[in-house]
Amino acid sequence: MKAKKVLSLTVASAMAAAMLAGCGGSSSSSEAASSAAESTPASSTAESTPAAAGEVYYLNFKPEFDEALQGLAQTYTEKTGVPVKVVTAASGDYATTLNAQMGKDGAPTIYNIGNMSGLKDWDSYALDLSDTPLAGELTTNDFNLYNEAGELKAMGYCYESFGIIVNTKLLADAGHSLDEITNFDSLKAVADDIHARADELGFDAFTSAGLDGSSSWRFSGHLANMPLFYEFRDDGVNEQPATVTGAYLDNFRNIWDLYITDSAADPASLTTATGDQAEAEFGEGKAVFYQNGTWEYANLVTDETKFKMNADDLAMIPIYCGVEGEEKAGLCSGTENCWAVNSQASEEDIQASLDFLYWMVTDADASAVMVEQLGAVPFKSCPASSNKFIVDGNELLSNGNYAVTWAFNYTPNVDSWRSTMVTALAAYSTDPTDANWEQVVSAYVDGWAIEYQTVKG
Amino acid sequence: MSKKTDRAALNSELIRRPIKRWAPLFILPVFICFCIGFVWPFIQGIYLSFCNFNVPSDATWVGLQNYQKIWSDVGFWNAFKNTAAFAVVSIILINVVAFGIAYALTQKMWGSNLFRTVFFMPNLIGGVVLGYIWSMIFDGILKHYSTYLTANSTYGFWGLVVLVAWQQIGYMMIIYIAGLQSIPEDMLEAARIDGASGRQILFKIVLPNVMPSITTCTFLTLTNSFKLFDQNLALTGGAPSVIMNGAKINQTELLALNIYSTYNINKNYHGVAQAKAVIFFLLVAVLAIAQQAATRSKEVQQ
Amino acid sequence: MEKKHRKYSTGSIVLSCVFVAISILWIMPIVEVIINSFKTNNAINLNPFSLPNGETFAGMANYVKGLTFGNYPFMKSAGYSVYISVISTGAILLFCSMAAWYIARVQSAFAKFFYYLCLFSMIVPFQMVMFTLTNTAAKLKLNTPWTIPVIYLGFGAGLAIFMFVGFVKGLPLEIEEAAAIDGCGPVRTFFNVVLPMLKPTMISVGILELMWVWNDYLLPYLILDITEYRTIPIHIQYLKGSYGTVDLGATMAIIMMAILPIIIVYMFCQKYIIKGVAAGAVKG
Repeated sequence: MKAKKVLSLTVASAMAAAMLAGCGGSSSSSEAASSAAESTPASSTAESTPAAAGEVYYLNFKPEFDEALQGLAQTYTEKTGVPVKVVTAASGDYATTLNAQMGKDGAPTIYNIGNMSGLKDWDSYALDLSDTPLAGELTTNDFNLYNEAGELKAMGYCYESFGIIVNTKLLADAGHSLDEITNFDSLKAVADDIHARADELGFDAFTSAGLDGSSSWRFSGHLANMPLFYEFRDDGVNEQPATVTGAYLDNFRNIWDLYITDSAADPASLTTATGDQAEAEFGEGKAVFYQNGTWEYANLVTDETKFKMNADDLAMIPIYCGVEGEEKAGLCSGTENCWAVNSQASEEDIQASLDFLYWMVTDADASAVMVEQLGAVPFKSCPASSNKFIVDGNELLSNGNYAVTWAFNYTPNVDSWRSTMVTALAAYSTDPTDANWEQVVSAYVDGWAIEYQTVKG
Repeated sequence: MSKKTDRAALNSELIRRPIKRWAPLFILPVFICFCIGFVWPFIQGIYLSFCNFNVPSDATWVGLQNYQKIWSDVGFWNAFKNTAAFAVVSIILINVVAFGIAYALTQKMWGSNLFRTVFFMPNLIGGVVLGYIWSMIFDGILKHYSTYLTANSTYGFWGLVVLVAWQQIGYMMIIYIAGLQSIPEDMLEAARIDGASGRQILFKIVLPNVMPSITTCTFLTLTNSFKLFDQNLALTGGAPSVIMNGAKINQTELLALNIYSTYNINKNYHGVAQAKAVIFFLLVAVLAIAQQAATRSKEVQQ
Repeated sequence: MEKKHRKYSTGSIVLSCVFVAISILWIMPIVEVIINSFKTNNAINLNPFSLPNGETFAGMANYVKGLTFGNYPFMKSAGYSVYISVISTGAILLFCSMAAWYIARVQSAFAKFFYYLCLFSMIVPFQMVMFTLTNTAAKLKLNTPWTIPVIYLGFGAGLAIFMFVGFVKGLPLEIEEAAAIDGCGPVRTFFNVVLPMLKPTMISVGILELMWVWNDYLLPYLILDITEYRTIPIHIQYLKGSYGTVDLGATMAIIMMAILPIIIVYMFCQKYIIKGVAAGAVKG
């Protein structure tokens, strides 16, 4: 529950949930508008405020981007004299913070909208970005959020992908190669072989699939995206469904069984195994496969204090779970990092905010920082990423593989839904019986319906 | 504070009239703050429990609808059951242990002041910090058995009991010590001279004489258990959550936390959460008044 | 019988030994925190109960990290905590004792009404008013550390006034009458005559209120703008909220920094604290 992914998604759904402003009452929106208009400089920026036309208040959603963003803001202020205030909400608290901040004087001018349900809540507070110079800089519209009128309301400014990270050097040591792995059966064959010879090889197939809060989001969130994605693809779902069928849960079970059997970790110990543990197993070369995302690249390769793995020994492949045609699957890519500009802010502040964002993605130094911090950034002027996983993902797409989108963005009351999944997965892993799997199915199917009803009130 | 002094005060125009002229200084600041901090939110809270609202200014009247929703809210009744069970267990545990310690420490004994200091210490630590400390300890212990605190509601429940007992035993002990020390020494002496056994002294003399402390402590543990929030939030946050009979339940959630999380689901639940809070208030009030009435009928306190 | 008062019996020595053991067990959780605050994060994860050795000993590293851990400087939250607790408690003591004196001496219909409201407020749980209070506080701009004492004064007034009124009623009226005859106005009478007599109650109420405000989590969490202002409990609860694995070493160091000052204060003032608790126990 503490995990980044879970939280960011929680935030996204909570944003849909715990709304204080923006829904309904014209009274509340006009109130916010007037308070934004009469906003006085906040005390923290007061001393450094020259007679600039507008001010920027960026309510940041990514805690790990905070430091770099503060630096960018400072540079921008020094260059242009426009005050930029950056506030980063604590993880898991973005919705609450945004609610509180939007309701008062000096509301944020730039903020984050995570997904469609977030957009529904904040639509009336989001500027249509379609015709801005900023939009002209985008390389793809895949990660943007559009409202029903087709207006570009939130702009995906970075995206992430996840899949199975492979240590290709170990794979070769075991006498296998990536070319062999094209679907679930071939993945299983390779993994089974490595697991069987683990003692002789000195390493095992998969890292521990820990269900501690620092790790469980990889499965209750990311792995569960597989059955959700295929189900939604079959059913043509393009908005949050009230119920799910669980048609692909057997595939989910396939891959989960593989994770927990072809691993050195005792399945019963998974309930307390942490994310750090799995990372260390992979980083120290004790396992070949490790399910995680592009963001993990820094920890494995560039972070000087950690594992310093060789980028050439690493690759990211799609998650295979035995679905027809999955040979053409790509990585699971998506984002919940989308810029929205507060349409209720004063005209000067809106302009200042747009200018600041434009500068961030076009200025050579600033965009380099963006790429370094955020990985995949879909803007023309930004340099290419050195992240091997992002490169792998792009290659898959250019080979014509289909992108596995983040179907989990539709999860109602996401944190709550996932915590039930984790409880059920933990019980199943300790004692993998059909009866216990039924619990997982119930958490997935019934849980969805319950959370959906709950959120709708 | 006999009635006589009161009447004297009332009659003492000498004092009363000048003070009255200074009312704006003496009573107005508190009264205003009290209205802001309590009276107004309370009245508004009652009203809003009959409304749908996002923020109080956009409330629409819906009558009893929020209360009807609570009726079918499985999570709420489960939290209610948890709270009742928790209250019973912790009232018994805390009071028995606190009394036992207090009784031992009031005997002639080396180091009793030191022990008193130690036992009271956890009470100084806030609920959030306590939750952190104990989740580390419980998880550390349970790790040896390949499990963890929020794996199962039994661990969470008893974990909370242990945490709260550790925090409150010292507090209740202080009250019991004060009660025990107020028993006249010669009464005990007389009993001993008459050849009463330790058991007889405890049950025939000590216990009846500390009845006021017992009622105070039961009252405090009762209301503390019902109002418990910080510890619950920080230790388990209500986890684990399971699906039972087509509804989702946070198995270790107590009432106060249930109200809080209901409010945070989304704006459709603000009214429901407020209605739950009203029920919660009535419950606490009834328990408190019943307890006080029982106190008054049983003994004369101070 | 006489002997018993002078010397400890064998039974009592055995009892003492038992209590030494229980006491050690009792403070173990705190000792655990101290030990772990000097261990590396990994070592705590692997075995939270082991003593640090050459490899797992982290020195002061956790404390250094703890000062900035959690995206918020610890000292800042400590500063807000101290400020809010001291000002709120001070305000409660001053204003509530004044109000209590007024209520006890004037006994007008209004004073009685106010007094019963205070009694009533003591049985109302915070959950009943928290949503509306949050809104009211934001409207009136009481959502900063500088103004939140107003909320504490308002919400804490019930108990404080109840305790003060109980005490003032027990004060002999003659002294105040004498002061009035000597030409003292109510203000001087209160500050020069009544207030000194209220000192013991002040200490009891003060300790109770201080412990409440210092440890309070939900009220400041809901009311303050937590992107800017955090008290220690909020700061600590927020550590849990950060993504990935929590750095337990730094967390333990922060917990130590948070509870050590209280324990030191307790060591010096335990006589008052324990007396205050015993005296305040009448309340609900």
